[in-house]
Amino acid sequence: MPTQTFQLNGERVSVDVEDDVRLLWVLRDLLGVTGPKYGCGINVCKACTSHINGRAFNPCAVPVGELSADDEVTTIEGLPATAGADLHPMQEAWLNRDVAQCGYCQPGQIMAAVALVRKVQREGRAISDADLDGIRNICRCGTYTRIREAIREGEAAM
Amino acid sequence: MALAPRTTRRTAPQDAGTPVAGSPATDAEVSLEPGVQRRTLLGFVLGGATLIAAAPMGAGLVEPAAADGIPSVPQPPEIYDLNDFLSHAGLATSLLIKIVINEDGTASFELPRAEVGQGITTSTAMIIAEELDLPLDRVKVTLAPARPELLLNQLTGGSNTTISTYTPIRVAATVARGALLEAASVLLGDTVDQLVTKAGGIIEAPDGRQVEYGELAVAAAARQDREVQVELGERRTERRVVGTPQNRVDALEAVTGRKQYATDLQVPNAWPTMVCRAPTLNGKPLAVRNLAAVRRLPGVTHVEMFDFGVAVRARTFGQCIDAVRAIEADWEDGPVAGEDDASILEGLRRAQLPLPALPSLPLLRTVNQDFTFYFRSNSAMDTNSAIADVRSDGAEIWSGLKSPVVAQEQIAAMLGLPVSSVRVNVVQSGGSFGRRLFFDGAREAAQISQRMGVPVKLMWHRADDARAGRAHPMCTSRIRAAHTLGNVVAFQQSHTSIETDFRHGLGEALTAFAADLPAGLGNLAFSETVFTLTQEMPYNFGAVLQTLTEADQRFNTGSMRNIFSPDVRAASELMVDRLASEMGRDPYEFRRAFSKNARVTAVLDKVARAGQWGREMEPGTAQGISIHKEYKGATACLVEVDCRPETVNRVVRDAVTGPRVTKVVFAVDAGLIINPTGLEAQMQGGINDGIALALTSSLHLQGGHFVEASWDNYFYTRQWNTPPEVEVHLMPSDSPQPGGAGEAGVAATFAAVACAVARATGEMPTHFPINHLEPLAFEPKPFVPPIPPSPTNGLRLTY
Ligand code: FES
Ligand code: FES
Repeated sequence: MPTQTFQLNGERVSVDVEDDVRLLWVLRDLLGVTGPKYGCGINVCKACTSHINGRAFNPCAVPVGELSADDEVTTIEGLPATAGADLHPMQEAWLNRDVAQCGYCQPGQIMAAVALVRKVQREGRAISDADLDGIRNICRCGTYTRIREAIREGEAAM
Repeated sequence: MALAPRTTRRTAPQDAGTPVAGSPATDAEVSLEPGVQRRTLLGFVLGGATLIAAAPMGAGLVEPAAADGIPSVPQPPEIYDLNDFLSHAGLATSLLIKIVINEDGTASFELPRAEVGQGITTSTAMIIAEELDLPLDRVKVTLAPARPELLLNQLTGGSNTTISTYTPIRVAATVARGALLEAASVLLGDTVDQLVTKAGGIIEAPDGRQVEYGELAVAAAARQDREVQVELGERRTERRVVGTPQNRVDALEAVTGRKQYATDLQVPNAWPTMVCRAPTLNGKPLAVRNLAAVRRLPGVTHVEMFDFGVAVRARTFGQCIDAVRAIEADWEDGPVAGEDDASILEGLRRAQLPLPALPSLPLLRTVNQDFTFYFRSNSAMDTNSAIADVRSDGAEIWSGLKSPVVAQEQIAAMLGLPVSSVRVNVVQSGGSFGRRLFFDGAREAAQISQRMGVPVKLMWHRADDARAGRAHPMCTSRIRAAHTLGNVVAFQQSHTSIETDFRHGLGEALTAFAADLPAGLGNLAFSETVFTLTQEMPYNFGAVLQTLTEADQRFNTGSMRNIFSPDVRAASELMVDRLASEMGRDPYEFRRAFSKNARVTAVLDKVARAGQWGREMEPGTAQGISIHKEYKGATACLVEVDCRPETVNRVVRDAVTGPRVTKVVFAVDAGLIINPTGLEAQMQGGINDGIALALTSSLHLQGGHFVEASWDNYFYTRQWNTPPEVEVHLMPSDSPQPGGAGEAGVAATFAAVACAVARATGEMPTHFPINHLEPLAFEPKPFVPPIPPSPTNGLRLTY
C-alpha cells in the first residue's frame, strides 16, 4: 500500500492508503478529521468544501494519490490558524448572525465563503448579489438568508 | 397492492346559517389555553449526591376533557389540536424530567427530545437559565438516550417540543430554586423569604452575605425523594432570558467543525459500511454473483446479503462505494416496478371521494378545481446513518433519532435481545424534516452488525437517501366552493393521498389513548386523526367539509416539515384568490373580511402593511398573500415573484431556475416567544421549504423507481432561487404558552408563492411543484450500479 504525504492544517501527514481513495475519506475515516462533511460524494452538495493551497476544492472528488508532499490542505479545523486567530473572521460573522441550524452544511459553507471573498478580492472588487446567487453549497435547513448576511459581514473583516 | 381507501371526514356546518363576512372571530383556543392562571403544581426533590429537582412530564397540561367537556364544535383544531394530542398523550404515564445542580454551579438537563437543527437545546437552556438566574453558558442541555419509561414523551414531532416541555421544565427549575434557597437559609441563618437569587447563580442575604449555587449543590441534595408544591406565577420581569435574542448554544461547535453527527463519532472498530440497493424501489436481492471477488476488493472486510440490499464494510467509505458499484446481483422487483407518476396518480384519482351535493340556494355560483402534489424527498443533508455494535449479550446504537424508545424496542425485538440490553444513544443530526421519526439507518445498522459480528458505521449514499429514503406522499386535493350574494356558503376539500407511514410507533402507542379523545375522534386511524387535528379553514366559509382519503401502502413515506398543511393550504388559498376574484374583491381585503380569528387577522394586516400590499408591480411580476393557522399560532406571508421570461429562463449550470421569489414578508404569532433569534431562523428556513414545494422540488417516479439521485437532480431551494429580501416579523403575544416553530414557516409561504405565480402569469397552477411536468432538467443516473462513481477531477475545479 502506498504512503500518501501532504500538508494538513499546517502539519505534514503521512498515511498508508491506496492512491485512488478520495481525499475526503482519508481525512474523515483514516485521519479522524471530520469537519468536512459528506453530503453527496460527487462534488455537488459542497458540504466537504475545504482549501487546497488557499483555493476552495472538494476532497470527495480528489484521489489522494494526486496530492504532492507540499500541497497544503486546509479544512475547517485549520481555518482559524490561517488568520492567526482563535476564529477566522468569517467564523465570527457566522456566530454574530447565528447562521447555523443543524450545522451540517456549515463548515463547507464557511470554507466556500472564505474562498469566494479571496477570489473577488483578487479580482479587486466586492461581493455582488450575483456572486451570492452563484454559491452552490446546499443548505437543507434553508439558512441562505443569514449566510448571505454573514458573508458580507465576514468580507468586511477580511 | 393498493389497499381499499380509508376515509375520514369532518363537517363544519355553521350553526348560524349563512355567515356574516367580517363577523368577530370566536376563538375557543384562548379560553381553553392552559396556564393562564396562577396554579399550584407538583414537583419533586429526588435523592442524590447533589440537588436533583424534577417535574412530571405532563405538568401544567389540562387533562383531556371528557366528551362533554370540550364541545363538539365543528372545527377540531380550534379547540383541540395535534399539539394537545401529542402533549396529552404524555399524561398517560407519570414521568419525570430532571434538573441537576452540580458542584461547579452549573445546572444540567437531559432533554428527552432530538435536536435536529430546530434550536430546542438553546430554547430549553434559556427557560432554565431564566428560572434559575443562571447565565446561559452555565446551563448544560444534552440529549437523553432512549428512556423506555418515557414512551411518547420522548417523541420529537409536530413542532411540539416547546409546547409540551415548557411548563414541566419551569416546574423543575422552580423546585430547584426553592431547594437552593432553603439550603442557603440554613447556611446564612436567614429565613427563605429574606433571601434573593441574583444573576449568576448566587443567593444573597439582606446583609449582603452571599453563597453560590455550587456551594449549595450538595447541601440542598435530598436523601430521599420528596414531593414539593410549587406555584408558577407570573414570570418575573427582571433578568429575563426567555424572550431575549440568544444565539444557539451549539453555534461555536458548528462553525468550527467540532459538532459531531453520527458518522463523525469514533467508536472502536465501527468501520464504514454501505448498502447496495435494488434497481426498483424496495426490491430485494436474490443472489450476489460475484461475492468472492467483491470480498477481495481493497479495504473490504465483509459483504453480506439482507432483504434491503447487500451490505459492504470496508476501511473507508470510498472503498465501500467502489465495492457497492462492483456488486453484480440478481434482484426481485419491488412492489411498484413498472409504475410511474401517471399510473400512481390514476390510482389516487380512483380513490378520491365524490364531493357531496351543495345546498340549493338562489344565485348560487360554484368554483371547482383539482390540484396534484407530486412526491417530494424529505432527505436531510446528513443522510440516514447509524453506528451499531451488536454483541451476543447486548447492543449499543448511536443515531439521530426522534423516537428512540420505539427504535430501542423494535431493534431489541429484531435482534432477539431484552430491551434493557440495548442502549440507544441519541446523537445530534444534520436535519430531520420528518425523516428521523423513523430509524431506517439504525435498524439496518443493527442487523448488519449482528450478522457481520463486528461494529459498523452505516451511512446511506446520497443517491439512496434521495431514491429509497422516505418521501412526502403524492396527493391530490379537489376543492369546490360556492358563493352567493357576497358570501361563501360552502367550502369542500377532498384530499386524497398515498398513505403516510406513521409506523414509527406513535400510531400504535396512541391507540389506547385515542379512544378517550373528545368529539368522536378516537375512531379514526392515526393519519386521519392527524389530519382532523391539524386542518383548519381559517375563514368563515359556511359549511366547511375537509376529508382525507388514503390509498396505496407501497411507498416509503413520512412527513416533511409538516404532513398535510402545506398542500391542503396551498390548494385552498389558491381557491380563496379565485373566490375573491369572482366576487370582485381584493385578495387581502377578502381574507381579512372572512377571517375567523383575530390573531390571524393581525398577522395578515402585518404583512400587508410591511410588504406594501397592492403596490404597483411590473407586468410578469406580482405579489401573493396567504394565511395559515396551526401550532397554536398564526402565520401570514406576502411574497413578490418575478415570472418574466428573462428571469424564468436564466441559466445556471446543472440547476433549475424558473420564477424567482424576489421578496418575502412573513409574520408569525407563535404565542410566548422563547428565543426570537431562533424563531426567526426557523421561519427563514421554512420559507425556503415553501418556495421549493411551490416551484422546484419533487421526485419523479419512472419505471418503478425515483430518478432523482443527487442535489443537482432534486432541486431544493438553492442560493440562485432564494429570495434576496426576507423580512420576518415576530408578533408580540400575551399568551403565557409558547407555540410551535419548526414547521410553521412552510404552509403560508408555499400558498403565497402559488398565489403570486397565478397572479403574475394569469394562470392558476394546478400541480406542484410547477415545473414537475417539464422535461427533466438532468440526465438520470443509472440504477445499476445504484450509486454514482466518485469523481476524480476535483483539483481542476478549484476557486
Ligand atoms: S460530499 Fe463533496 S461535494 Fe458533496
Ligand atoms: S444548517 Fe442544516 S443543512 Fe445547513
